[in-house]
Amino acid sequence: MSKISEIEGAGLEGPTLNVAPSPHVSDMTFTTKRMMTDVLIALVPLVAMSVFVFRGYAVKQLVVCVVACLASEALFVSMRGKKITLTDCSAVVTGIILALSLPGTAPWYVGALASVVAMGIGKIIFGGLGMNIFNPAMVGRAFVMIAFASLMGAGAYENPAGVVDAISQATPLNAFKGSGIATPVFDLFFGFTNGSIGETSALAALIGGIFLCIRRTASWEIPAGVLSCVVVLAGLADFAAGAGGHVLLHHLFGGALLFGAFFIATDPVTSPLTPRGKFIFGVGVGALVMIIRLFSGYPEGVMFAILLMNAVTPLINRWTIPHPMGDA
Amino acid sequence: MGFFGSKEEFPGKGSFPHGIHPPDNKFYSAGAEVEVLPNPGKVVLPLLQHIGAPCEPVVKPKQMVTCGEMVGKGQAFVSAALHSPVAGKVKKNTVVTLANGRHLPAIEIKTDGDQVDPEDLWKEMTDTDWSLSTIPDYAPDEISKLIHAAGIVGLGGAAFPTHVKVMPSDKQLIDTLLVNGCECEPYLTCDYRIMKEAPHAIVAGALLAGRAVSAKEIFICVEDNKPEAIEALESATQNTVVQVAVVKTKYPQGSEKQLVKAVLDLEVPLGGLPSAVGVAMSNVGTMAAVARAVIKKGPLTHRVVSVTGGGIANPKNLFVPIGITMGELIDYCGGLTRDAARIIAGGPMMGFAFSDLNTPVTKGTSGITILTHAEAARGEETSCVRCGRCVDACPMNLVPTKLAMAARYQNPELARQYNINACFECGSCTYVCPASIKLVQLIRTGKAQVAAAMKK
Repeated sequence: MSKISEIEGAGLEGPTLNVAPSPHVSDMTFTTKRMMTDVLIALVPLVAMSVFVFRGYAVKQLVVCVVACLASEALFVSMRGKKITLTDCSAVVTGIILALSLPGTAPWYVGALASVVAMGIGKIIFGGLGMNIFNPAMVGRAFVMIAFASLMGAGAYENPAGVVDAISQATPLNAFKGSGIATPVFDLFFGFTNGSIGETSALAALIGGIFLCIRRTASWEIPAGVLSCVVVLAGLADFAAGAGGHVLLHHLFGGALLFGAFFIATDPVTSPLTPRGKFIFGVGVGALVMIIRLFSGYPEGVMFAILLMNAVTPLINRWTIPHPMGDA
Repeated sequence: MGFFGSKEEFPGKGSFPHGIHPPDNKFYSAGAEVEVLPNPGKVVLPLLQHIGAPCEPVVKPKQMVTCGEMVGKGQAFVSAALHSPVAGKVKKNTVVTLANGRHLPAIEIKTDGDQVDPEDLWKEMTDTDWSLSTIPDYAPDEISKLIHAAGIVGLGGAAFPTHVKVMPSDKQLIDTLLVNGCECEPYLTCDYRIMKEAPHAIVAGALLAGRAVSAKEIFICVEDNKPEAIEALESATQNTVVQVAVVKTKYPQGSEKQLVKAVLDLEVPLGGLPSAVGVAMSNVGTMAAVARAVIKKGPLTHRVVSVTGGGIANPKNLFVPIGITMGELIDYCGGLTRDAARIIAGGPMMGFAFSDLNTPVTKGTSGITILTHAEAARGEETSCVRCGRCVDACPMNLVPTKLAMAARYQNPELARQYNINACFECGSCTYVCPASIKLVQLIRTGKAQVAAAMKK
C-alpha cells in the first residue's frame, strides 16, 4: 500500500518528465466548452416554453436553424482549410438563439438562409469563434428581416389560420404600439402570447438568465445595465403616460428584452471585456431598445440595439482600460 | 482565544481585489515535521543566488574551509555574501545551471573534516528563548550589518538581499514592517512549518528587523487556511509589540503589493516598492534567519525546503544545506512516482520547471514541487472568446487577454497602453483561462518586445 512499493513496481519504465514555463497548473473545470454547455442548459426553459406555446412551429424553426448552422459552420470552416470545430457547441448555441428569435410563421428557407448568413458572414468571415464583431445570430436575423420584410415584419407574426392559439394574435408590442391594446402582464410574464418563438416568456428567460449569471458564464453587468436603463426610460414613459406602472411592465416583460439582455447581449465575444465596459454596453443596449420602441416605426428594437452596441464595443474597450493597482 | 482572536486590528480588509482560488494541495506535506538532512558529500554554491550583483569567490581551489566560513563576498551594495554549509575542501571552479535557466560560475566544496551537526542548527532555530530583552541593545545599523555579513536574502523566492530592505534610512521612513507568512503558492509548506515549529525565531527576527527600520508597527501576515501556524504565532507574540494579521486565503495574497493592500489598505505606486508607502516586507523564514544571524551570529547556510506534490513518493519538509542537489532531496523523499511529470523549483504558479537533477538548491529555493501528469494537465488551446475571466482574475487589474494579443501581434505600443509592465507574472490569468491560452507566457514575450522597442 505504501507509495514506495508503487515505485518499485514501476519496473524499467521510468517517469516521463517534461518542462514548461509557469504556471504549471490550470483550472480544468471552467472551459469554453463548459460555457457553451451552460448556455445550452440555460436555453432549456426557453426552448420548452417555445415548444409548449408554438408546438410544431417552434420545433420546425429549431431543427431548421440548428441543422443549417452546423452544416454551414462545417462548410465554411472547411472552405477556409481549418480544422472543423463543431465540438465547441458554439454553432448549436447560435442556431438555437437564432431559431428562438424568429417568428413561428416564417417558412423554413428563412431560418435556413438566416443560419447560412449568421455563420458565414456573421462569424467565419471574421476568422471564426472569438473573432467576430457582431453577434452571428443577430446578423442572420437582420439579414432575413430585411430580405423577407413581409415574412418577418411585425404583421407577419399573425397567422389567423394558425393551428396554435398564440399565433392568431398580434404580438403584444405591436398591438400596444399600433392600437394601444395592452396584453395582460400575467400572459407576458409567463409567455402565452405571440412573438418570436423564444421571446414570449419573461419567466423562462429569467430562469435561464439567472442560471447563466450564477454560473458566471454570462456577466451579470450586461443584463443589469440593460434592465436598469430600460426601467428608467420606460418608467419615464410610464410616468408621462400616467399609466401607473403598466407601460413599464409591458416594456420589461414584452418582446425580446429579457431574452436579449440575458442571452444575446451577453455573448462574450461581441461585448466589452471589463466589468465597467460591460455595464456601459448594457446601458447602451437598453437605451437603444427604448428609443427604437418609443420613437421608431418598429415595435421592437432588441436586435438592432445589440448590433449597434456590438459595433461600439471596441470603442468601449478603449475607453475602459482599467487603471492598474497603484496607478495614480 | 481562537485564531480569529482580538489581534486582527489592521486597517485593510484582509484581502485585495481580484485574485484566484486554486486548490492549495498543502495536504501532501503540511503535516510533515521538518526533518534534518544529513550532510551531503559535496555542495555546489552558485555565485549568484540573489537579485543584484554576483559575489566574488574569496577561497581558492584546494583550500580547506570550515562550517559557516565565508566563501563568496558581495562587492556591490545590492549583493549577498556566501558561506559554506559544510567543512571541506574547495574543488576546481565549476559552472552550474540554476532551475531558472541561469548558467553561473559556482564554488564546489567536498565535505571533509569536522562537521557541525545540522541537527544542532535546526535546534537553534526552533529554540523558544531568544532573549528578546537584549534586542534594544542592538543599534539599527549593527543589525543591518550583521544581516549583510550573514548573506541573508529573501527566502520567499525572490531572493532580494535583506540588508537592503532592513536598513535604517533617512530618505524612506518606514512605518510598518510586514512579515510575510502567507505562502499563497499551492503545495508549498516550508513557511508553514517554520511558523509552526520556529515561531519564536520569527518573532525575534521581526523585532530586530523592525528595530533596524524603526517601524512603529509589526504584523506577521498569515492566510486563514493555516490555523495552527496562527496559533503558534499568537502564543509566540504574546507580550511583544508584534501582531498577527490573519488575511484571507487567496492567490497571490503573498505578493508584496497585494499584501500591503490587504493589511494596510495602501496601494504601492506602479513601478514602486512598498517602501514608497512606508512599508518594509520580508518573509517569515527570512526573519528566522535574521534572528539567528544577529543573536546567534550564524550565517545563512541552511534553509527549509518542501519536497511535495503527487509525483514524489514521500512528501516532506527538509532542513537542508544550500548547495545540495535537488536530486538528493528527491532521493531522500523516496524518489519520483511513476506518473511524475514535472519537477518545479518553487510552487506550481510561479516556480521554474527543470529536468537536471544536479541543479543545486539555492537560498531562494522554497520547495520542489513534483506534479503528476494529471496535476500538470492543460487543455488544448482554443480561441479567446473574450469572456473576461482573466480580467476578473488579474490582481493588478490589467486586461491580460489584450496584453497577450498585443504580444502575439507584436504591438508593443498597445501593450504599453494596457500597462504591460505592471504585470508581475503571477499566472492567475493563465490558470483561469477557459480557452487554455498561455496568457502570462505571451505577456512575458510582450514585455521583452516593449523593452526592445524602448531601446530603439
